[in-house]
Amino acid sequence: MISFNHVTKKYNENTTAVNDVNFTVEQGKIVVLLGPSGCGKTTLLRMVNRLEPISNGEIIIDNENSMDLNAIELRRKIGYVIQSNGLFPNMTIEENVMIVPDLLGWSKKEKRERFIYLMKLIGLDAEDYRKRYPHEMSGGQQQRIGVVRALAADPPVMLMDEPFGALDPIIREKIQDEFLEIQKTVKKTILFVSHDIDEALKMADKIMLLRDGEIMQFDTPSEMLAHPKNEFVSQFFGKDRAIKSLSLHTVKNLQEVIGLARIDKSIKNTKTINVHQDLRNTLSLLMNQEADQVVVTNDQGEKMGSITIDLVQKYLHFEIKGKLSVSQKG
Amino acid sequence: MNSKKLIGNSVRFLIYAMVILFFIWAINNQYFTPIFSQSSTFFVLLRQHVELVLVSSIFAIIVAVPAGILITRPRFKKAEWVVTNLVNFGQTIPSLAVLALMISVLGIGFQTAVFALFIYSILPIFRNTVAGLDTIDKNLIDAAKGMGMTPYQILILIELPNSAYSILAGIRTAVVLNIGTAALAYVVGAGGLGVWIFTGIQLFDNAFLISGAIPVTLLAILADYLLRKLEYVVVPKGSRRVAKT
Repeated sequence: MISFNHVTKKYNENTTAVNDVNFTVEQGKIVVLLGPSGCGKTTLLRMVNRLEPISNGEIIIDNENSMDLNAIELRRKIGYVIQSNGLFPNMTIEENVMIVPDLLGWSKKEKRERFIYLMKLIGLDAEDYRKRYPHEMSGGQQQRIGVVRALAADPPVMLMDEPFGALDPIIREKIQDEFLEIQKTVKKTILFVSHDIDEALKMADKIMLLRDGEIMQFDTPSEMLAHPKNEFVSQFFGKDRAIKSLSLHTVKNLQEVIGLARIDKSIKNTKTINVHQDLRNTLSLLMNQEADQVVVTNDQGEKMGSITIDLVQKYLHFEIKGKLSVSQKG
Repeated sequence: MNSKKLIGNSVRFLIYAMVILFFIWAINNQYFTPIFSQSSTFFVLLRQHVELVLVSSIFAIIVAVPAGILITRPRFKKAEWVVTNLVNFGQTIPSLAVLALMISVLGIGFQTAVFALFIYSILPIFRNTVAGLDTIDKNLIDAAKGMGMTPYQILILIELPNSAYSILAGIRTAVVLNIGTAALAYVVGAGGLGVWIFTGIQLFDNAFLISGAIPVTLLAILADYLLRKLEYVVVPKGSRRVAKT
């Protein structure tokens, strides 16, 4: 758990980067700091491991004031991932990953076991990569290594500063999925900086939208899209925020609320889609009109029913538009 | 074979041919005889020459590398401009002038020559140390700090290994320059192979001139070669490619 109590960052009398920020990142949750550049999101993140000194207020990490520990010890307890992976070119992959355990004085055996476990987590062969150097790997692999390096000493808290920002869209999406999968097992408390709305909606349990060092709104992604607190928030997420919110729901959600349509066996030109696919991609597939019918399958590949644009619209009406109309009235 | 390769190979061939022709000419005129007829003197001079270079280079490394490290620390960063310019200025004073100046302070002999050579070796080593440390990706330092490395650990584990290539290049430049400049040590009576070179000049005796100059050249080439080999030992495998691009 990370709590911010009246945290303020002033560079001098006139420049305030972060102004009186109060919020809590719950145990095992991901909070994404989102906002335009210069909004103070990176500064806020870097104050947690004291790479930026705090001007005022306090940050409590797992019931301990961050100022009570010495900065070096504090940082070893916090995983840190940066955009440009920050792997050290002079060290092998194993040496890179095992930096913090090394600093903490783990034994050789403990380190080896941990390395094998971590590499398994990201689906890379430990033996194969142990002696390799960062420059021998692709950008996506380097970033994966950057992430597991932060997990190496099993810190309860992780700070991620636009960790996937430098990757191309296809790799980025894949690594985001992978990371969410890993998070299901490791359940870290994560503060995540991003300037990408889609990334924020996908990764966050809660989003904090910042502007000029002030909190604009701190809410779950669906609340944020459904009930933007002010003009800035609604503008930031854009006019298409209803469509964006579809990415927060899966075909499964739709099936549970309104059910799927029957499969018309007479239509030959069909496409299939997994039940865990999000509705935004589903809608996009439906609108491509590559197929006359889209059949939903479960993980075992069994056909569950078909889905149509009408159904998505109906669901949107129930789930989202209902909330939106409430918020517009209020 | 493309044209670039062709030009490269023909230039290389021309240079080899010129070197071989030079040696044939020198041997035909018996210009290397002093090395064999006065071999004991030759080895004394050679030893003096090597000693001058070794002692001055080692002192220069001991001073310039730590100075370069110190000046790139955040605490002293502001002084970098001043110190770098001071060192640059030092390099512009002609070597003979430094030798002449030092005679009045240190007298004649070995220590004066060593001191002058030392002054001359500082700049390349210092400048390459600073450049090597300054060009390290700031994100690496940030990551190292964020993971809880102490400033000392960052220096030893990250900064020095990743700037080793540049630092060693500076040392190599300094040593090779030094071997040439050490020929001037004769002027302050510190010996070295300069003795034969200057004798040759004064007596119009090509035999002494060449017997002094060629070993100096070979010494420089040998030092360059050995220090390049050392790079392969000292520079970490992963940083080598990064350093060269």
